[in-house]
Amino acid sequence: MSAPGAAALAPPARPPANAFLRFLWRLFRTKPLGAFGAVIFVLFLFCGVFADLLAPYGFNQISPANRLKPPSGQFLFGTDNLGRDMLSRCLYGAQLSVIIGFCAAALGTAISILIGVVTGYIGGKTDLVAQRFVDAWMSFPDLIILIVVVSVVGPGMPQIIVILGLFFGIGGSRIIRGAVVSVREHMYVHAAQSVGASTLRILWRHVLPNVMPPVIVLFTTRVGAAILAESGLSFLGFGVPPPAPTWGGMLSGSGRTFMYQAPWLALMPGLCLTIVVYAINVFGDALRDLLDPRMRGSR
Amino acid sequence: MGGHERIGRARGRGQDPAAGPALMQAYIVRRLLALVPTLLFASLIVFSVVRLIPGDVIDLMLSQNDISADKKSREQLEAALGLDQPMLVQYGKWVSGILSRGDFGVSLWQNTPVAEQLAQRLPVTFQLGLFALIVALTVAIPIGVYSAIRQDTSGDYVARSISLLMLAVPSFWLGTMVMVFPSIWWGWSPEVKFVPFRENPGQSVAQMAVPAVILGFALSAVTMRMTRTMMLEVLRQDYIRTAWAKGLDERLVVLRHALKNALIPVVTLIGLQVPILIGGAVIMEQIFVIPGMGLLLLDAVSQRDYPIITGVFMVVGLAVMLINLAVDLSYGFLDPKVRYR
Repeated sequence: MSAPGAAALAPPARPPANAFLRFLWRLFRTKPLGAFGAVIFVLFLFCGVFADLLAPYGFNQISPANRLKPPSGQFLFGTDNLGRDMLSRCLYGAQLSVIIGFCAAALGTAISILIGVVTGYIGGKTDLVAQRFVDAWMSFPDLIILIVVVSVVGPGMPQIIVILGLFFGIGGSRIIRGAVVSVREHMYVHAAQSVGASTLRILWRHVLPNVMPPVIVLFTTRVGAAILAESGLSFLGFGVPPPAPTWGGMLSGSGRTFMYQAPWLALMPGLCLTIVVYAINVFGDALRDLLDPRMRGSR
Repeated sequence: MGGHERIGRARGRGQDPAAGPALMQAYIVRRLLALVPTLLFASLIVFSVVRLIPGDVIDLMLSQNDISADKKSREQLEAALGLDQPMLVQYGKWVSGILSRGDFGVSLWQNTPVAEQLAQRLPVTFQLGLFALIVALTVAIPIGVYSAIRQDTSGDYVARSISLLMLAVPSFWLGTMVMVFPSIWWGWSPEVKFVPFRENPGQSVAQMAVPAVILGFALSAVTMRMTRTMMLEVLRQDYIRTAWAKGLDERLVVLRHALKNALIPVVTLIGLQVPILIGGAVIMEQIFVIPGMGLLLLDAVSQRDYPIITGVFMVVGLAVMLINLAVDLSYGFLDPKVRYR
């Protein structure tokens, strides 16, 4: 995953042959802000994956002698009320955010594709019923449903991933459905129908590849949305329970109790969150412009 | 959100203009009727899901009152709260209560009617949401228009970058920062003792200002982006070129001709953002201790106060649906070509 950095440092004279590299080349050439977002995003992934190696201390390593120490050379982000190193906790927080963001976005996108492709292609009564259901679902604020559902299933990472995935899946099905409806009317689909290709084959070979651009964009933006949603839930005490170092959780527990004595407790996790979500947003925007110009400006 | 497909643009001039109001009334009635099955369906789900929350309200009450949870006191309490009946019977009673006398049941803990609590809390959240919306629009629309008519200038870039940043800043973090840093630097902190609007409007507005600005932040970012995109699209239209060619004043071209036509998708977007706004209000109420629907819900969830949870749910859902109906109706005002069928 070091490819983006390499491409920026040594830009080849002409677009490379490989399709992926060619895409990166275009991203860096035409969308510098998006490329910047991509670099931060990759860095964040790196921190998340290698948190165990990068973190100088354990995320729950208590050291009473070093309580509430401000940021210094020894503790770059300071320490919390139990003397735990905030930098390590933020790095492990990145790990949790990577896991939750990616799993929830993957699950959500899969559900969106399933609902969107089926309702968009088949249409008719199925579509109508499904659309009414999505309408009803969307008139209730996410956070309020999430709070109630989490209190039913109990807080915890697997639950949060499944709930957020389900959530994003139903909401995002609209976008996929829209794309499918426009693809459905294309010549090549009619041609496949007239030579007697089965519905499944048409969906798999013709419809799905052609709705990939919005799918990729949806997935990217959902990673950011899932991270933000999880931290919001953790902040309210409905997310992954402590001592797991989620960014939202750090902001609510000791972060709020000691925020006047040790403002870095609340500052650092929030900064991480803002930077990562910002990077994902600008990267997602650039992707949207490059892959799917029709969706420009909508979000 | 529902019902967009029923709004069509009239083609040609065949339609009788006098039929407008009558058609519109019929449209409103039909839309309101369409809400009934949705709300009934939602209510059934909410009613049953809420009862699945682990940790029985009876256990919670008995343990708080230091009563040993023997079988007899359990049954007495269940009977007193009406929780001993089959769930379908409970649901039937609840729905008929709402429909016949607007009775949402009685809070299990405070023993006061839920409707009374909702009536107390709803205006507070409504006030917060409305202020946030006003903040968002007064910031977003002028900047969005400016960004579009000065496309690709440095001002445009600054506005766009800031809006992207505002989308990424979590409101609960921003809220916390506003509590912390002004207090450390200048010893200033937002007032947390709530003042109802009716008692002291001025103080109430001042108190809500900080949470409303934070809540309006993210909304203004989305709105600004949409305004800019739509303005850019409209500014390329032929009738705008005609307006310029006639020698019209810039302000007239931009505001009267372009902005009004660019606003429809912006209004749609605001309708879609209402649920998100309400979700944000829950967080703001928690941080700034504002006794609105959000705080009511959070307390009710931790106390397993089923009637309040279901009540909040239904009222919020109804509010969102009505706001979206209002959004759909506003299209007719913004674009006279829109007809309600």
